[in-house]
Amino acid sequence: MSIFEKFEKIDRRFIFLLVALAVLTPLIFKVTMKIPISSPVKSAFKAVDTLPRGTNILISVDYDPASMPELQPMYRTLLYQCFEKGLKPVMIVQWPLGLPLSINTMAEVAEQYNEMARKEGKDTVVYGRDYVNIGYRPGGVAQVVGIGKEIRDYFESDYRGTPLDSLPMMKDIHNYDNFALLFALEAGSMGDIYVQYANARFGIKIILGMTAVSAPDAYPYLQAHQIIGLLGGLQGAAEYETLMKRPAFATMGMTAQSWVHVLIVLFILIGNIGYFISRRKKRS
Amino acid sequence: MRREIPLAITFITALIMIVSFCIPHAPFGSMQDVSLKWYSIIAGFTMLLGVDSLIHMHSVKIKRKKEGWVYSLVLILGFALFVISGIIGGIRFGSAMDIRSSFMYLYTYMIVPLQSTMFALLSFFIASAAYRAFRARNMDATLLLITAVLVMLGRVPVGYQMWHSFPAVAEWIMAVPQMAAKRGILIGVSLGSLAVSLRIMLGIERSYLS
Repeated sequence: MSIFEKFEKIDRRFIFLLVALAVLTPLIFKVTMKIPISSPVKSAFKAVDTLPRGTNILISVDYDPASMPELQPMYRTLLYQCFEKGLKPVMIVQWPLGLPLSINTMAEVAEQYNEMARKEGKDTVVYGRDYVNIGYRPGGVAQVVGIGKEIRDYFESDYRGTPLDSLPMMKDIHNYDNFALLFALEAGSMGDIYVQYANARFGIKIILGMTAVSAPDAYPYLQAHQIIGLLGGLQGAAEYETLMKRPAFATMGMTAQSWVHVLIVLFILIGNIGYFISRRKKRS
Repeated sequence: MRREIPLAITFITALIMIVSFCIPHAPFGSMQDVSLKWYSIIAGFTMLLGVDSLIHMHSVKIKRKKEGWVYSLVLILGFALFVISGIIGGIRFGSAMDIRSSFMYLYTYMIVPLQSTMFALLSFFIASAAYRAFRARNMDATLLLITAVLVMLGRVPVGYQMWHSFPAVAEWIMAVPQMAAKRGILIGVSLGSLAVSLRIMLGIERSYLS
């Protein structure tokens, strides 16, 4: 068997080893690369960034730990942006396993922001006054439609059981009309439901943050202006971090993803060289 | 009558939902509100059904010592652990979701690493599968291969370093040919869903009754 024929049958353990090295090396040595910004992310960032202080924004956290590496950096950066710009985020969760993630991250980002705010003499953020997490309730579609009328019909209390009316920030929030936009972080099909009901029926502006595998599904919505921005996968998260000038996990992760993509392309190339040479041999 | 009554209920409920969606004013609006709340409550109870079915299935497996019964035992013990830690969290901190509770500790240090690991394995299999599957065997496969390579390089920063127009090419593929195909599929799926819904509503499709 010639070397070219061997190209066609590389041991998959060798592929696994190279993939592991391509992922680990940039993460260990914290290698970063320049992130180019795409227009769907730019418009998403601009839409949030230009909102006046005190504006309410609804953030739907609809993912679990499996999709966390792609969507959590978006959530983290977005929350930080909200705190910095004085926006008032309300978190809602449609995936039961996403609730603890939304709570942990919310607490972490608030703490981080408050530490920075104290150092710089800015206002700190307080739960209930500046941000709220209303948690998870079953009912997906019904809830998305119902919130268009009154949020309290489905969420009488926040994730800890505190009645919504006792939270100062929630007093004047009743339905989609009280939010400037909805930023939905989606690992599944809730994004479609938000577009089909919350946007089509109640007219709320929507930005979707999706996993790379499901982001292509949102392009028809983007072109039809049913959503005003789109963040796709880790690349989308890295672009958002770059626009926020806060490079973090996604920016670092993109170097690892870059290396793996190049590796896959090389393997595809090698596999095809082997394929054509062995085919020519067979024919002759 | 055993068939006619469920068919009538389906038809009337569907009709109410359609009318109330198009005319969200009294009396239809309030009918829709009630239906949506019922839906939410029923969705909550389906979770209980799911738990019941899961526990029953795995209990039987353990009782009969079927192959892999040890995994079922781990599942039931894990389930009990989470329920107990949730209750303790609720009593000690007022909510299982309090970040100091043992429930959150278990979630952060068990569920998160387990699920992340499962998903992370995918990158290894995708790399291996791409190497095996992307062969330029014919025109269609070649087109797919070229598009995949362009998108793969255009969606990562290294592609931008290689050629500054790679991201623009990838974005064009996503926003034009990909989107056109997706929209076609979406319209087809929607028309199909509409047809099936009508068939169910009119009692032509009755498989849900059996």
